Amino acid sequence: MVDQSFVRTEIVPEKPAPLSQAGIIGWFRKNMFSDIPNTILTGVVLYIIFMVLGNILPWVFSPTWNSVSLTECRSILAEIGRDGHGNGGACWGVIRERWLQLMFGFYPSELYWRPVLSFLLLGVALAPVLFDGVSRKILFFTAVYPFVCFWLIWGGSVWFPISVFIGFIISYFGFVIGNKSAGSLIGVLAAIALPIIWWFILLSPINSVLNSILPLGSEAIESDRLGGFMLAILIGVTGIALSLPIGILLALGRQSDLPILKGVCVCFIEFIRGVPLITLLFVASTLLNVFLPPGSNFDLILRVMIMVTLFASAYMAEVIRGGLAALPKGQYEAADSLGLDYWKAQRLIILPQALKISIPGIVSTFIGLFKDTTLVSIIGLLDPLGLSTNIRADMAWNGILWELYGFVALIFFIFCFSMSRYSMYLERKLATGH
Amino acid sequence: MKKSAFLGTLAAATFAAGFAAAGTLDDVKAAGELKCGVSTGLAGFALADANGVWDGFDVAVCRAVAAAVLGDGSKVKFVPTTGKTRFTALASGEIDMLARNTTWTFSRDVDLKFEFAGVNYYDGQGFMAPKALGVSSAKELDGATVCIQTGTTTELNLADFFRANGISYDPVPIETNSEAQAQYLAGACDVYTTDASGLASTRATFESPDDHMVLPEIVSKEPLGPLVRHGDNNWGDIVRWTLNALITAEELGVTSANVAQHSSEAGKNPEVNRLLGTEGDLGGMLGLDKAWASRAIAVNGNYGEIFEKNIGVNTPIGIARGLNASWTEGGLIYSAPFR
Repeated sequence: MVDQSFVRTEIVPEKPAPLSQAGIIGWFRKNMFSDIPNTILTGVVLYIIFMVLGNILPWVFSPTWNSVSLTECRSILAEIGRDGHGNGGACWGVIRERWLQLMFGFYPSELYWRPVLSFLLLGVALAPVLFDGVSRKILFFTAVYPFVCFWLIWGGSVWFPISVFIGFIISYFGFVIGNKSAGSLIGVLAAIALPIIWWFILLSPINSVLNSILPLGSEAIESDRLGGFMLAILIGVTGIALSLPIGILLALGRQSDLPILKGVCVCFIEFIRGVPLITLLFVASTLLNVFLPPGSNFDLILRVMIMVTLFASAYMAEVIRGGLAALPKGQYEAADSLGLDYWKAQRLIILPQALKISIPGIVSTFIGLFKDTTLVSIIGLLDPLGLSTNIRADMAWNGILWELYGFVALIFFIFCFSMSRYSMYLERKLATGH
Repeated sequence: MKKSAFLGTLAAATFAAGFAAAGTLDDVKAAGELKCGVSTGLAGFALADANGVWDGFDVAVCRAVAAAVLGDGSKVKFVPTTGKTRFTALASGEIDMLARNTTWTFSRDVDLKFEFAGVNYYDGQGFMAPKALGVSSAKELDGATVCIQTGTTTELNLADFFRANGISYDPVPIETNSEAQAQYLAGACDVYTTDASGLASTRATFESPDDHMVLPEIVSKEPLGPLVRHGDNNWGDIVRWTLNALITAEELGVTSANVAQHSSEAGKNPEVNRLLGTEGDLGGMLGLDKAWASRAIAVNGNYGEIFEKNIGVNTPIGIARGLNASWTEGGLIYSAPFR
């Protein structure tokens, strides 16, 4: 008798999902062709992408890498039957010939290793700040790094950066000793006054003595030889590194109960935010020279760095104030009820939370600051955009526009995109939400 | 007591400031380099090559002055200035002289307190149009769209010209020359107007320059020259007479090739002898040595050589001498005599 059971006696083996639901086809069906309007939209978007790439890619892939002038580019393009320089193909010879200049400005080529080394060391110095798994001991190097970088890039006597650094050590010990023996106010005053005495009165005689005893140093490079992305990164990194601590102090000052401190911080922030960056740069490049006594030689790049830092600090202060304002009042009260003093409360409870909230804003300010460094071309510094004007003044390359701008844009994109990715990593790492 | 001490300090400070302002020559000698303001990049006039060495028609003036004063045409610190920073850079003492295709105008000379050392290039505003537009004169440009750089005197000259001829135009404001080039080629405007030298170098970069023509009208006078601050006449004299030396050298046939030979001993022409210091002591009157002009000429050659090397007809820019020929050949380039 045949078993007529309607019930299966064995389990049906698992089958892969139907082709229409899984894999690439399924993904396309679900996300791109789910209904008629979506299908139409997909078609339109695909057509637009095709049109854009179809126009840009042939322009980008143009065999002009070895050309030495725009004229030669044109003849190369004409030979392979392309439609001239404007639409037919890019002229990449200019990048091959000038990319080092776009990177380093007029820095002497036999010394390129110095900015390259300081850039690599920047990575080492930033590693313990940016990532968890790095030994904390490297933080000592991070503290020393600004002086190493200064010496590598500008060269000159090794004693100058060392003795400036000693000023900070003096400041630290002034604070510790003053704090222990006479209270925190004396400590803060000592931390400010002692290094100023050191820097402005003792530094230059001691320096000259040290130089005469042991003249250690490297070839000095004048500021007007700095340019290109090196200049942009120098100004950007200085501004970024200094604006965060200054911005935190300004934000705390603005929230402070001390009226004078609060007033000073509010005035500073509102004044700087009320003035365009380009105005501050003009002040740096022209006005300061009129005010300073004749003969004083205050480096233009240093002036610009100071102005950019002040500008970024004011914005940073407001971003961080936003973070502080977002914290529930209970957090402040909790810190007080634990008996923490002001600095401990800020350091252990308030700031870690406020900064975490502010990360997207802080990184936006960083990115904006880095891109704003291109404004220095207006005051005659040869940053990448200033250099591209200069390169076009060479008749071999006059008439080249998009290749240079494209190259500059690409490098800026790499930097800004990395910063943005890092901020997302940081937000994920610090996420404590429920 | 306190008051007198204060007044004494004030007087000393005033004296020191006056002293510092009076001696640009001493400052330059003490620094061992001439700080010369140039353009951030203008084809033929000022540009840095791939190694960062500056070259160009305006740059040559800086080098000649450096050679006259410091004995070495390479002892120049070139300070790139933009149209917006050039005058404050000079007024504040950040640069010792400015050689940056700057038009000599009344207000710049008088109101801004500068002193023009002479004219090294007679320019004028012109128009460039595609031949396909079918115009042969700027007066036929009624209703045309015109690409123009904003914030320059060219904007005012353009308005004056069109108003004087009773025709209308449609301005397309542009920030930089390279942008103007791109806009003009893309057909955003019918006509591009800027200084004639700029038009020549712009046209030379086109794929097919023959499709475009520079219209015959020159609608403005743009005498370009190096300038210094008011108040230091000795320094102004040095720059003026260095430029004059280059011009006179061309007139007298002194070139970079024969200047060494002419300078070694006095020749037949007394003015050549005075110029090169083999007779008399004109350099001493300037506070320089006798061979100052000889060195200035030796760096880049005389005015004519500098012109031909940087912007002349054999360069890609290809500007004919025209107004900038020596006065002996029907141009305007004329120097007061060395006497």
